[in-house]
Amino acid sequence: MSHQSTSMGETLKPYSRAWLLSDRPTSRNQARLGRAYIIWRRFAENRLALIGLGIILALLVVAALADVLAPHNPVQGDLMNARLLPPGTPSYLLGTDDQGRDILSRLIHGSRLTLFVVVLVAVIAAPIGLIVGTVSGYAGGWVDAVLMRITDIFLAFPKLVLALALVAALGPGIENAILAIAVTSWPPYARIARAETLTFRNSEFISAVKLMGASPFRIVLRHVMPLCMSSLIVRVTLDMAGIILTAAGLGFLGLGAQPPLPEWGAMIASGRRFILDQWWVAAMPGFAILVVSLGFNLLGDGLRDALDPKEAGQ
Amino acid sequence: MTLPDTIVATRRRRRRGSSFAKAVLRFIVTAATTFLGLLAVTFFIGRVVPIDPALAIVGDRAPAHVVERVREQLGLNLPLYQQFWIYLKQAVTGDFGTSVLTTNPVMADIARVFPATIELATVGTIIGALIGVPLGVLAAVKRGSIADQIVRIIGLIGYSVPIFWLGLLSLLLFYARLNWVAYPGRIDIVYEYTFTPVTGFFLLDAIWQGQWEVVWDLFRHIILPGALLGYFSLAYISRMTRSFMLNELSQEYVVAARAKGLSETRIIWFHALRNAAVPLVTVIALSYAGLLEGSVLTETIFSWPGLGLYITNSLQNADMNAVLGGTIAIGVVFVSINLLSDLLYRTLDPRTRR
Repeated sequence: MSHQSTSMGETLKPYSRAWLLSDRPTSRNQARLGRAYIIWRRFAENRLALIGLGIILALLVVAALADVLAPHNPVQGDLMNARLLPPGTPSYLLGTDDQGRDILSRLIHGSRLTLFVVVLVAVIAAPIGLIVGTVSGYAGGWVDAVLMRITDIFLAFPKLVLALALVAALGPGIENAILAIAVTSWPPYARIARAETLTFRNSEFISAVKLMGASPFRIVLRHVMPLCMSSLIVRVTLDMAGIILTAAGLGFLGLGAQPPLPEWGAMIASGRRFILDQWWVAAMPGFAILVVSLGFNLLGDGLRDALDPKEAGQ
Repeated sequence: MTLPDTIVATRRRRRRGSSFAKAVLRFIVTAATTFLGLLAVTFFIGRVVPIDPALAIVGDRAPAHVVERVREQLGLNLPLYQQFWIYLKQAVTGDFGTSVLTTNPVMADIARVFPATIELATVGTIIGALIGVPLGVLAAVKRGSIADQIVRIIGLIGYSVPIFWLGLLSLLLFYARLNWVAYPGRIDIVYEYTFTPVTGFFLLDAIWQGQWEVVWDLFRHIILPGALLGYFSLAYISRMTRSFMLNELSQEYVVAARAKGLSETRIIWFHALRNAAVPLVTVIALSYAGLLEGSVLTETIFSWPGLGLYITNSLQNADMNAVLGGTIAIGVVFVSINLLSDLLYRTLDPRTRR
């Protein structure tokens, strides 16, 4: 594929701007990259969205390099010399907690737990929603009625309260918290996937695939699901902040990650006792939660605007 | 928060509506299946998820004969569908068992603490609507301006901040440092003996009885948690108001009103806002339901003796009956508000009537 050409006959250098923006792509790859490039340009125009992306990338880097970046051990502190030191103390930038542990190091290691939670919830909840939604939308009839009724019931539940009750039954712990949050987060995804499915269920390309003898299973899996992905990704990104907040809330109530794990919500809970005199113990992890969920919200808003310009600004 | 989805659901259901009788029937079926689903889910959580529900209720240090008795009381030796049937019958009569912590029937406990939560959520919603709606209108009118950006960022932070953390910090600032508000709790201990509430809604009771000192004390207690919840509903309400107003301001009747020479103020506040009012009522109702949920964490921080604190206290003591009873109570109110706002939307908006 060394000679890409447009209708005018001029040769375009692969991966150049003109090649990406060409309205007559000559390969599937070029079309895909071109689309991605246009979305990226729309996304990059939005300064807030770029800030969000920056925050999330920073979170990823911090989580990946936690062992290198953290100046101290996150679990074992210096009880003799370093209890409840204020922020700005040399070598303890954000201060220490009641067990002499460096708060910065705990925050850095806690970023892994945060990522662990959001990624696992997304990996569990999004496919459930995708399957329920696409099957419901494609099958129609009583299958649709039953599945959507179940979805509505779960949607009607207050999320945090349901998650609380579920963790109370399962027992505290980060895995159970993840499970509980996932159980409460799939219904919106099912809704979205169903709505998307309905828009192209009767379109010609589906009929064409059907004529070629594809089974309903194959149609849903190979042709319906991929088309639902972009709206689903946006929604999942927008939900990440909510997931983080719910997980932090469960951690704060002692139902999420258990000590000595440096989970941010649990860190706030342990700092609560010293809030009047040593405010930083509780303040720092909360600030980290705020920054990260703000990052996800900004990123999600930006993605929505870039992928779906109709909605932009609304 | 999944509030916007509920609106989507509302709209989806609205479009299918045909005759009035059909709509009523559909409403009843929706309500019935949702409540049934609610009970099914809590049944599942209480009876199926724990390995031994009897142990979950009495705790693992209880003597064997107690566990055996509870197991019999719960009917755990019966098949699951029979258990569910008994559970349903009990739930319909308001019997959620006895709380291990308070030794009262769970229903009595809930009736005692619920007014406090309602009071808090109401104050929160009032604050949120009174500030959120004007902010949203301002953002829509001055779209793209600095004001719009500021409203957007206020909203985004509201969506991103952990409520319990903000509560702790605001207590630190307004109570400990500035001493502007009262300490956590609902009423000063001094008044607990001189003030006899009648309805459980302390503010209303105190105003009714004309005890102005008590009213002031109650106000100093409720203002901080109320403002906090208010901020959360503000974030949501202002965002939705902006979106509704943008939609209205792009309609042709606005152009017509301008052409007639009406002042911008009149167009915005009388014509556009009135048309946006119907979905706004729905949004405010939904945010009210959301605050009932938000109160769980807020009440924990402010020692507010409502349903949220009741649930979290019961959680700490593994009091499953109380946790599930509280969950059902919040769930029922939440679902009812959702359904009512749906109904309200249909009655208020003439366009949805046929």
